Amino acid sequence: MTEFLIKNGFVFDPTLKIKGDVADVAIKNGKIVETDAVKKPKVIDASGKTVMAGGLEIHAHIAGPKVNVGRIYRPEDKLFNATAGLKATPTHMNTRMEGGFSIPTTYKTGYNYARLGYTTAMEAAMPPLFARHVHEEMRDTPIIDEGAYPVFGNNWFVLEYIKNREINNTAAYIAWLLEATKGFAIKSVNPGGTEAWGWGLNCLQVTDPVPYFDVTPQEITTGLIEANELLGLPHSLHIHGNNLGNPGNYTTTLDTLKAAEGHKAKNKFHREQVLHHTHIQFHSYGGDKWANFESKARPIMDYVNKHKNITVDVGFVTLDETTTMTADGPFEHHLTELNHLKWANVDVELETAAGVVPYVYSPDIFVCGVQWAIGLEIALLSKDPMRCFITTDHPNAGPFTRYPRILKWLMSQKARDEQIKAFKNSDKVVNGSEIASFDRELTLYEVAAMTRAGPAKALGLSHMYGGLKPGLDADVAVYNFNPEKENSPDEIEKAFSTVQYLFKTGEKIIKDGEIVSNGNKRTLWVHAKVEENPQVMRDIEEKFVKYYTVTKGNYEVHGKHFIPNPLAIEVDAT
Amino acid sequence: MPKITLNLISGRTIQQGVAIEAGKEKPSYREACGIIEIDPVDFKQLGAWRNTNVRVTSAYGHVIVKAVEATQGPHPGIAFIPMGPWANQVVNPRTYSTGMPTFKGTPIEVEPAPSEEVLDGIRVVQEAVRGAKV
Amino acid sequence: MTKTITDVICPFCGTLCDDIEVTVSDDGKKILEVFNACAIGNEKFHHAMAKDRPVRPRMQQADGTYKEVSYDEAVEYTAQMLANAKKPLMYGWSSTNCEAQSIGHEIAEAVGAVVDNTAAVCHGTTLIAVQDVGIPSCTLGEIKNRADRILFWGCNPAHAHPRHMSRYSIFPRGFFTGKGSQSRKLIVVDPRHSDTSKLADVYYQVEQGRDYELLQAFRTALKGEWLPDVVAGIPKERIYEGAELMKSGRFGIIFFGMGVTQTLGKNHNIDAAISLTKDLNEYTKFSIMPMRGHYNVTGSGEVLAWQFGFPYSVDLSRGYARYNPGDTSSIDLLIRGEVDSVFTIASDPGAHFPISAVKRIASLPSVAVDPHITPTTEVSKLHVPVAFVGIEVGGNAYRMDNVPIDTRKVVDPPEGVLTDEQFLERVLIRVKELKGVKA
Repeated sequence: MTEFLIKNGFVFDPTLKIKGDVADVAIKNGKIVETDAVKKPKVIDASGKTVMAGGLEIHAHIAGPKVNVGRIYRPEDKLFNATAGLKATPTHMNTRMEGGFSIPTTYKTGYNYARLGYTTAMEAAMPPLFARHVHEEMRDTPIIDEGAYPVFGNNWFVLEYIKNREINNTAAYIAWLLEATKGFAIKSVNPGGTEAWGWGLNCLQVTDPVPYFDVTPQEITTGLIEANELLGLPHSLHIHGNNLGNPGNYTTTLDTLKAAEGHKAKNKFHREQVLHHTHIQFHSYGGDKWANFESKARPIMDYVNKHKNITVDVGFVTLDETTTMTADGPFEHHLTELNHLKWANVDVELETAAGVVPYVYSPDIFVCGVQWAIGLEIALLSKDPMRCFITTDHPNAGPFTRYPRILKWLMSQKARDEQIKAFKNSDKVVNGSEIASFDRELTLYEVAAMTRAGPAKALGLSHMYGGLKPGLDADVAVYNFNPEKENSPDEIEKAFSTVQYLFKTGEKIIKDGEIVSNGNKRTLWVHAKVEENPQVMRDIEEKFVKYYTVTKGNYEVHGKHFIPNPLAIEVDAT
Repeated sequence: MPKITLNLISGRTIQQGVAIEAGKEKPSYREACGIIEIDPVDFKQLGAWRNTNVRVTSAYGHVIVKAVEATQGPHPGIAFIPMGPWANQVVNPRTYSTGMPTFKGTPIEVEPAPSEEVLDGIRVVQEAVRGAKV
Repeated sequence: MTKTITDVICPFCGTLCDDIEVTVSDDGKKILEVFNACAIGNEKFHHAMAKDRPVRPRMQQADGTYKEVSYDEAVEYTAQMLANAKKPLMYGWSSTNCEAQSIGHEIAEAVGAVVDNTAAVCHGTTLIAVQDVGIPSCTLGEIKNRADRILFWGCNPAHAHPRHMSRYSIFPRGFFTGKGSQSRKLIVVDPRHSDTSKLADVYYQVEQGRDYELLQAFRTALKGEWLPDVVAGIPKERIYEGAELMKSGRFGIIFFGMGVTQTLGKNHNIDAAISLTKDLNEYTKFSIMPMRGHYNVTGSGEVLAWQFGFPYSVDLSRGYARYNPGDTSSIDLLIRGEVDSVFTIASDPGAHFPISAVKRIASLPSVAVDPHITPTTEVSKLHVPVAFVGIEVGGNAYRMDNVPIDTRKVVDPPEGVLTDEQFLERVLIRVKELKGVKA
């Protein structure tokens, strides 16, 4: 493989604690190496530019059944944004056609992450029964490494085991399912509430019992934390709590977070948290109706800042027309009742559900403005950027392609002030939030923590990703951004919209902003070895015979046609 | 010869399904799909015996099929030809800008044609397209 | 010694039964017995064994007869035809695996083809309706485990999806439906007193072509509003009763088929059915599901959607993807004479398109890829026989509820017969050469 030496860039890397010093980065055999380890490298002149590790997406909906429902039922999302593929540019790089804005095609998804300097992304919710679909889409998403989180929070096995306080069995089942679906982590979406949605009901509070199963969301969350730490998985429980999107829900969120109290991370991956709460912006709402809707970012972040065994990602509202999609089935029904836009729903036998509804975050609507403010407040109130990550819960709060715009808002008070002024109900937004009083501007070092080193550590992948330390994968982004210059807000946004260079495991993917290689994408999954557990195996057999509509033999994902390039993370929990 | 007017729909039957998998060049395909199911009261008007060949004509074409008594009736006024090349000689091909032809609800005339032959599944198409030019 | 292969997936209809067992001969070349399949599935497995099955490509001669040619010649003809066409139609894809579909899409992208699947004559109008009003749905196991109200509207599973009722919808005993069919009320709406309707607790013989009116009448009745004495041939009292029956269930489902998608009104019929379902969710839990026909038509729509953004009738001829049924849809393109060659795979438009569209196929340079002899192969210029997916080669397929199931190979294809993937892969390589696309 070609050796590279990226010279004289301003390097930002929390793993090496480099805060914008001019330094060189060397690449050899797909890894970062000491600069004297390369003999005849190709030299990339990065002087006057910003150099960081490749970005890590910890939570996005980019592959699988509900994403594709979005694509299928929203032809309007492709209007005026299609680009040409093989036919138009036959002799150029072999890039495929691209289309879509909030729910881009798989090819466009891979290319767009690369253009932003991202090299790894996690699909945030994989319905186990649809694992093959998720893997097929990931296979067709070029360049970036991907993994997917199977959902467990409404799974009948989990509900039954946790009701009986059988944590060993819960863990054994999880290990089996991770292998069967080639999944990466334990995801829980609206625990219990989505099973209740099977009957058109919901669990809004952590103490609401799940119909028939008679277990509470709180018990489910605690049980899954315990099972996760029993297994010692690379990532922690990844939760989307109950009562998403409703005024006054911040108390539910605090209740959800309390499940982590008293638990300590046990794993060999240097992960410290036991609970990752995702898109916490959607869970930080005050008021008791839309009319008095307000930000509760402060009490939420006070709690998060104090508890080191919790990480969060934000879910910034980007003020776009987008497509919401979540395994929180009852929430999507609630949303379609609010905005009367087209509603898709898929309940999945024994496991989960999903809903999809388009949404317009209009700067003319006061609630949308406050939601925008809450996202920014969360990031700006965070005392530890290694525990608070940048996401848009793509595409729920906005498409991931808006990350450069979010950086602009986070890095420039002026940019925020301009946006506040542009709101139709500017006064109400200011009254319902604290954002106008914030003067903090994030540094690129903090941004590198929130988008690289932090997510890598939380995912238990800091041995591969997130930094420029020798030995890590050579995922490197070079941005045409000089941090020593005075940069206007729009210059920030522009600079982070397309990398100048991108390397993925040592291969040059982007040169001068143009994609020059489809890379060699890998699919990450976790292979957790557990003691043999005959009871769980019997339970699995029984449920397939009686209640599933596919046989057990046709449930497990096998074969190169789904995962051409797998990378198993080994965990020994025996 | 009496001529009756009916409303034609087409669709699947299990015999059609079995026949297409057994081979569309085989006689079983013609037996399964080269038929028109007619309600007993309409048969009376037609003045023909069961299992007589009939000519079916619509604004879009014509075809010879064997008239049989409706198996999933009663449905007076409605005729049924299993989906396939025989039905498709006469169905309304218009999509009205939906992409979908109007396979169900084509007005047809049916008249006895006892001396005509029901072609097999391949020939009924080949004969119809013969001489077709761009 | 024979051996029995279990968990085999039946590659016929969208029910995609995955509990078939097939006994094969010792050498793995012959299918001896097929268990658990319906009459159609059984026939499909056995037909793969037919002695008179074509095993080499066949080229049409001037007199209309066919002469065997090599696969090399077939690849060359196909690649040249596609590469030289201004706007080729690549139609079908519904009876092959997702991997073959993917390769086909790359060919289509390189040559600028229109890619369409059998939704064009099946549930295409459903997809239009879904784009208008969404779709609340579920997997078939939810029906099995929860549903106590089942509607079949304009579909006849007793004939078209023979094991649907026993596996998923009427008879199975599920988690919350321990009494099987006694746990459920079955409502059937159809202009014909079909074999499915004979099982119904309540049957509505709707006037043909009046589904839209009856659907909207049910929506009206749900709200207890005024109705005329008779709608679509049904007395209003029965409509109010039906609405009450739907509301009173705990979990309901509407299955619908060609009776509504192909009848005048088309996508508007489905709009109304979906809106009825959405309305019912004000009172209880309700879902709706199209009864998809070909075993992998759903998969074709999925792969097209994640690769190009649209589920069928995708026009790539301008170099980027366009979608506009009525404009970019196969039947319209053929009848208006807007395509200049036709590549068909894994479907039979010759039998299932209106004859005016078939005439156009016959008059154009044309290739039909299909294991069977069909009206399409017998009017196309070139017939390329291939292995049966799901019998002689595996690969992924999507059930009518979008659940992906990996089909299995049970026997070898006849000596020298290529699979869809192998043939398409060779065409792709040749097309890229001809078009100068970087490999």
